Amino acid sequence: MNAQTLTYREALRAGIEQALEDDERVFLMGEDVGRYGGCYAVSKGLFDYYGEQRIIDTPLCESGFVGVGIGTALGGLRPIVEVMTVNFSLLAMDQIVNSAATLRHMSGGQFNIPVVIRMACGAGRQLAAQHSHSWENFYAHIPGLKVLSPGTHTDARHMLGQALKDPDPVIIFEHVMLLNESGEVSEAPEADMESALVRRQGEDVTLITYGGCLHKALAAADELAKINISAEVVDLRCLRPLDTDTFLGSVEKTHRAIIIDEGWKTCGLAGEISAIIMEQGFWMLDAPVKRICTAEVPIPYPSHLEQAALPQVEQIVEMAQAIMDGR
Amino acid sequence: MNQKLRIDRVHLINQLRQMLRIRRFEEKCTQLYAEEKIRGFLHLYIGEEAIAVGVMSVLKPEDQIVATYREHGHALARGLSMGSILAEMFGRINGCSRGRGGSMHLFDKQMNFYGGNAIVAGGLPLAAGLAMANKKQHRDAVTVCFFGEGAVAEGEFHEAMNLAVLWKLPVLFVCENNGYAMGTALSLSESETNLARKASGYGMASSQVDGMNVVDVESATSSALELIKTTSQPYFLECKTYRFRGHSSFDGQLYREKEEIRQWEEKGPVIRLQNWLKENNHFNEEELDELESEIKAEIEAAIEFAEGGAWEDTRDLCKDVYSPTQEGEPG
Repeated sequence: MNAQTLTYREALRAGIEQALEDDERVFLMGEDVGRYGGCYAVSKGLFDYYGEQRIIDTPLCESGFVGVGIGTALGGLRPIVEVMTVNFSLLAMDQIVNSAATLRHMSGGQFNIPVVIRMACGAGRQLAAQHSHSWENFYAHIPGLKVLSPGTHTDARHMLGQALKDPDPVIIFEHVMLLNESGEVSEAPEADMESALVRRQGEDVTLITYGGCLHKALAAADELAKINISAEVVDLRCLRPLDTDTFLGSVEKTHRAIIIDEGWKTCGLAGEISAIIMEQGFWMLDAPVKRICTAEVPIPYPSHLEQAALPQVEQIVEMAQAIMDGR
Repeated sequence: MNQKLRIDRVHLINQLRQMLRIRRFEEKCTQLYAEEKIRGFLHLYIGEEAIAVGVMSVLKPEDQIVATYREHGHALARGLSMGSILAEMFGRINGCSRGRGGSMHLFDKQMNFYGGNAIVAGGLPLAAGLAMANKKQHRDAVTVCFFGEGAVAEGEFHEAMNLAVLWKLPVLFVCENNGYAMGTALSLSESETNLARKASGYGMASSQVDGMNVVDVESATSSALELIKTTSQPYFLECKTYRFRGHSSFDGQLYREKEEIRQWEEKGPVIRLQNWLKENNHFNEEELDELESEIKAEIEAAIEFAEGGAWEDTRDLCKDVYSPTQEGEPG
């Protein structure tokens, strides 16, 4: 298969372009997606090519335009709605949670909502608390939604197309720290969007993660290899529904698990995965399941504090060593 | 008054029939609620019937309706069968939403009835989106969005007004101003109580109409639809009305005087049209009795239909959270 090298941003743009080419019902709407060129420059150039009917700049009214996007999906279109960051999406939560996620069920299956909502997430750019949080956990909590987190360039390129084919509402989280990174993009998706993938094979411990923490887990696995600890890395890719078989299969092999999640630890996704391992794989375990999450603090502005709040490679390495040592 | 309206005797009697169907149906619902056949909340439309009936009577089948949690009247006037509405309220599988929604969430795809929404302004952006889909796909349809005046205080109202005008969306916003958001009077919740003026602040064409007069509502709707069609712009119609009953079944109505309710009842939509028809010799007691017994029979049949409905198998509990197949057809 031919692969090309793109930045994560370019991979996302290529996915959007493909979607616009493939289906005339598809359009992109959001804050500054058009004339400005996209707040993270993901949609740069698309307005000039596709015009204002398909690349629609919205006012700053998250609930309003996300709701309109949901309404257009209800009316037969295939909207890609971009919310500048997940932090602002909280203003649109009514439409996402009370409408998009519930209409199919409340109508007894008569209406479905094929909307795709993309948003940036994650910390690391010193943007302080209101631009740096990871609310994937919130959305992964909601029945009726599907939640994707492309951690690789190939997923950044292809998950949008997969999401648009899904008849239900799909939310895609794009980590801001990945945007400038270059990586290989394959021509076709590696798997269906709901499958987790083992990104690195290992024997001793399973690192379960997704999105922005994926490369940290892979870097930690490299470090661990140097001290003869063989770490397997599972990329969840889809946070709802969770592909439990893949990470349970890995834990069955390694007997140890560390979950790395940029969300906060309390009441979060890492706790959920830990509970699933406990419920379904307790007898496979040689050590307690561990979690590395963001410190329980609104993300601070100064770099050293921001970095201290986030999961880091060293923490993963240390944690893996500790559980191998039986500490 | 719009010249295109054909207000003849037959038409008016039909409007009365529609309003009476809603009135008698809901009166029966209070009884069924007391008997615990209907559970949850029960928001009655009694007093406001002229709005649903007036608006619906000028809509085409392809027009879409987004309603509120007080939507039995909208659903009946739109043409959903009384049986499927009642079965829904009973929570039975033969209900219009397979029993999954209840009184507040009546849906019917065939009727382009996009449901009752219990978030007071939640339906407005959805309606704007449906209108946008119509416009983009060159469908000759208007989306009609019903909401109460309480919704006007929500941010989504303002966002939807702005977007609808900005993007020239063919949507008719019908504000059912009954004066009370649950128990809070309009003057206690809005700095500007003229809601039509509020909409015009967004550059939207708007008007106020007597929501107790079915002919006025019908005429105003007809003019609004015409304007939407010719200008490709949305329209805001404020219907001044009153609910004769409480907000819901749990409302003790401590916030208003009985005398106030009595005064509004005197100018109620049903009594008003009935009296007018009688005074002008279009209608006699015998015909009224006939109408009443016809509706009574319809209600009895609806109860029978609802009682006969099955309870959904709990094994299907998680059905319809997600679509069963990829690339399902949209709503």
